[in-house]
Amino acid sequence: MSKVHVSATVNGDPVEFLADPRESLLDCLRDHLGLTGTKEGCGTGDCGACSVLVDGTLLCACLVLGVEAEGKTIGTIEGLAQGHELHPLQRAFIDHAALQCGFCTPGILVASKALLDQNPDPTEEQVRFWLAGNLCRCTGYDKIVRAVMDAAAEIRGA
Amino acid sequence: MAKDDTHAYRLIGTRPNRPDGLDKVTGRARYGADMALPGMLHAAVLRSPHAHARITRIDTSRAEALAGVKAVITRADLATGQSGEDWNLTENTLAGEVALYDGHAVAAVAATSKFIAQDALALIDVEYEVLPHLIDVDDAIRPDAIALRPGSADASVPDGSPANVVKQIEFGHGDLDAGFAAADLVREGRYLTEATHQGYIEPHACVAQLGADGKGEMWVCTQGQWYIRKMCAAVLGLEAAQLRVTPSEIGGGFGGKTTIFAEPLALALSRKAGGRPVKLVMSRSEVLRATGPTASASMDVKIGMKRDGTITAALCDFRMQGGAFPGAPVDMALFCALAPYKLDAVKCIGQDVLANRPKAAAYRAPGAPMGAFAVESLIDEMAQELGLDPLEVRLKNAVREGDKSSYGPTFGSIGLVEVLEAVKAHPNLSAPLGPNQGRGIASGYWFNHGGETSVTVAVSEDGGATVSVGTPDIGGSRASIALMVAETFGIGYDDVRVNVVETGALGVNEPTHGSRATFASGKAAVISAKAAISEMCRRAAADWGIEPEAVEWIDGAAVPAGPNAGQFPPLTMAEIAAKMGETGGPISGHHEVTAEGVGASFGAHVVDVEVDSETGKVTILRYLVVQDAGTAIHPAYVEGQYQGGAVQGIGWALNEEYVYGRDGRLQNTVFLDYRIPVASDLPMIDTVIVEVPNPGHPYGVRGVGETGITPPLPAIANAVAAATGVRLRHLPMSPPKVLAALKARG
Amino acid sequence: MRYHKPDSFVEASRIASAAGRYRFLAGGTDVLVQMRAGISTPEDMIDLKGIPGVGDIARTPEGGWRIGVAVPGAVLGRHASLKADWPGVVEGMNLVGSTQVQGRATLAGNLCNGSPAADSVPGLIAACARVEVTGSTGTREILVEDVPAGPGRTTLAPGEVVSAILLPPRGAGGGDAYLRFIPRTEMDIAVVGCAVSLRFADGVITEARVALGAVAPTVLLVPEAAAALIGTQGDGVALAALSAAAMGAARPISDRRGTAEFRKEIAGVLARRAATIALARARGEPA
Repeated sequence: MSKVHVSATVNGDPVEFLADPRESLLDCLRDHLGLTGTKEGCGTGDCGACSVLVDGTLLCACLVLGVEAEGKTIGTIEGLAQGHELHPLQRAFIDHAALQCGFCTPGILVASKALLDQNPDPTEEQVRFWLAGNLCRCTGYDKIVRAVMDAAAEIRGA
Repeated sequence: MAKDDTHAYRLIGTRPNRPDGLDKVTGRARYGADMALPGMLHAAVLRSPHAHARITRIDTSRAEALAGVKAVITRADLATGQSGEDWNLTENTLAGEVALYDGHAVAAVAATSKFIAQDALALIDVEYEVLPHLIDVDDAIRPDAIALRPGSADASVPDGSPANVVKQIEFGHGDLDAGFAAADLVREGRYLTEATHQGYIEPHACVAQLGADGKGEMWVCTQGQWYIRKMCAAVLGLEAAQLRVTPSEIGGGFGGKTTIFAEPLALALSRKAGGRPVKLVMSRSEVLRATGPTASASMDVKIGMKRDGTITAALCDFRMQGGAFPGAPVDMALFCALAPYKLDAVKCIGQDVLANRPKAAAYRAPGAPMGAFAVESLIDEMAQELGLDPLEVRLKNAVREGDKSSYGPTFGSIGLVEVLEAVKAHPNLSAPLGPNQGRGIASGYWFNHGGETSVTVAVSEDGGATVSVGTPDIGGSRASIALMVAETFGIGYDDVRVNVVETGALGVNEPTHGSRATFASGKAAVISAKAAISEMCRRAAADWGIEPEAVEWIDGAAVPAGPNAGQFPPLTMAEIAAKMGETGGPISGHHEVTAEGVGASFGAHVVDVEVDSETGKVTILRYLVVQDAGTAIHPAYVEGQYQGGAVQGIGWALNEEYVYGRDGRLQNTVFLDYRIPVASDLPMIDTVIVEVPNPGHPYGVRGVGETGITPPLPAIANAVAAATGVRLRHLPMSPPKVLAALKARG
Repeated sequence: MRYHKPDSFVEASRIASAAGRYRFLAGGTDVLVQMRAGISTPEDMIDLKGIPGVGDIARTPEGGWRIGVAVPGAVLGRHASLKADWPGVVEGMNLVGSTQVQGRATLAGNLCNGSPAADSVPGLIAACARVEVTGSTGTREILVEDVPAGPGRTTLAPGEVVSAILLPPRGAGGGDAYLRFIPRTEMDIAVVGCAVSLRFADGVITEARVALGAVAPTVLLVPEAAAALIGTQGDGVALAALSAAAMGAARPISDRRGTAEFRKEIAGVLARRAATIALARARGEPA
């Protein structure tokens, strides 16, 4: 079972790692690149805690092999803020108390950013269905949905 | 940031950003699985594929021979000779002679990679003699049921009881027969609930290290680092003081992370692997199969009611299975079930029953949702039958301060009437309903808890405060404790830092459970802050050359108490702190106590549903939570607890359940089939925070985490009944059950 | 496990033919889950995404569609012309999993995973779709309903790989729809699925195909349900006959997702509801 050399771009930085071909991208991010902000809640694509962007597409990192990352551009929660400048979604989640334990939060933020990138003015229903694959057990989703709607409004300049 | 009400408080009741917010929105916060140590090994666990089987042989030699495997453990690597709960914990950690449920750990491996550890599991040879199994609670008490663990019953169980009853509880007061005789309507029903899981999104994870000298360290996601320490010490035969347990950030717990599953395995593996650190991260299916879901229940309720709605008598007879070990929360279910009602005649009987399922752990208000489902459903049904408004029936019978509770103690200050009045005033109660829609209401109760608590508040050199607490922050307790400490000192919220510390830093603390963190750690922190204030007043007095009693503390500064004390400019906390080295040394306050003064919390929920009459699918249209918080220290996180509890209850009511095959194996071991609510299933969850301050807390806190999961089960059942005319007495109200009931109605 | 990324289907098939336990990788949303659960332990993983054209959606010369095996659901959902022709096919695929899964999951994978509950398969069968299969001896085309052989199994020979999904021209007066029943609003596997494709001309339904998911070991094509529609106006009587035929054809099991009795009942309800939508689409009315 020899490992495979993988080169990719993560949060704008070039990275290289050796992946066992059985390893998921999630394991590679966490174990080889030290990017532990992306979480594993299920390992089966059912919870969304490992949401990342691969070439701009929202995916579960647990459903991608690490070796598939070759040549890809990957975005994780660690790349959402620009230095000390939080993304409006990050600020909105803090302001709205849209997290309790915080474990699902990175995945929900990455997924929400992907939504707002393609739909800057989503309805409540659109937010709820877009985030249906991001399980949160603490909040009942109320404050999360409000935070996403508010961040969208802020980004639109509304 | 606007205050939510008219309290005289400066900070309490405001909604500042939580101190750990930045870490948690940037991915920096470190949870259980985010730790790595030099030389770390990875663990994997071999689990029983049988619901009940004698282990006739385990041979680990082939696994041990695999390159990269550093340790393989079996039951022989755990301590022997324990009794009581320590014995049960050991039995649950690794099966001994008998595997007691599907998923019961049988052996574990530590290796240099996850894949090697996984591969090694397949090389452990286990021979099983499969035994008959019991899954259902009522099956487990049938006269012909096999005895799962003879000798497990305690002294509370009368002779001649069914073999798997391990605990019995009975209490009540008043003349039950006379009560039922005085009723105009007596009804009874049997209510069933299925086991559910807490469903925290973070699987259990730890990194543990244990040397041959018995000294160990652990990083672990837990609700209670001292509980982990005590339990691991018992299971491994260690001295608790030699074990240092550091809590990580915790990705949800809801009671399920108050006990041990993976932790003693990781320690035992480390000890056997020459003291190398071992990381053990459970998979989701391991979490569902082999951690601690709640009990399933079979409950009989009988209630007598007068024509005007007055309840004259109530009888509850509950049975719960909490897996193959004692500990189903049948007692708490009975204590809470009738708590909202003033009763002159009441009797409650409960049995804790063994079955071949995982060992139940606490789940948010353990037992209370099941009991509420039974009682609140029957009361609703009787109110309908008598043509009474179910809200008025609840108000008519509501307990008030000074009433004897259904379970014995006399209530102090409580807010049930205020809650019900707030429900009555809410616009959701007059929202129009369409065809196939119905509205349900139910009350709920949780005691709240104090418990062993130890807190230190240290004044920093620049006049801020560092608070060390032992209760992990699951839902914003750092924020609420910081607010209370800042309020007490008269300094800014941002001048306080609250740290959740490891077991070496404080005396013993109970976990974050029982809705106690903001109540108990908060109360101890306020008392600690007051002790530090006294010391600062003493330093000011010495500086001014006056008696300490002549100094008082106002708005973050020591001032002379009145003109007779002398004329001195105020000495601020920062000024006193800056000189503390020369004025007598560090200044801190410390308080430890088994916290008393707990304030119970009542709530009531109103839900509107729509039922698809062709498919049986129930949709939640509107949802209202009203609950007494005592004082809402940080209202946003109080609302969050209300909303989260309600949605967990919605899941339990509609779709969540442990599904077993005829082979006794759990069928739904992934989130795909263990169906917790998703964002698109829900409307916004409306909340009203009622504040009837708890006199037992310096700022009136009651604790808010648990009551909110208690009313949803019956509230939704009552709404479905209102929408369809069909009464569902068996949860979850999943579409097949609802459709079958609709078809039976015709 | 060895990871391969061939640049042609012939090469992919050759690697597979020489391998022992192998899996083809398109979206991976089933394969990785099965590997994680230990159900699948491939020795060779053959990633199809390096093959030219696998990400394309193209009109065929006849006016149908050729869909690459690595086109994810989200891309199908954004393709306006394809969606205009075959809304039922696209909505079936779009019901698979979450937004995240939609970024990866494919028609070909959903089909070859062999689940009787696959959401995209009833729509493909109702649409009379075919797949192009590449093997060591060249390519062949087969009807989608001939691919599944039972839970987790297909009729493809060892080494054969689906190399494209082929949809026929829609033609005038056509409409299709797919509905599934799940306990939640998202994230569940279909308890029952039903697709209806039909053609409405001169006031009557002239053609129809009805397919049911999750009520048998494979997705079922139900000709007797289609017969209940053909020659009618899709009125209440016809819809009732359709429901009865769908219920009659269903031979489900009871499992953690639903009882057999419930599934049978729901098959009838969904057939009627899906046919109503398909008919509205065929008539150019809002569904």
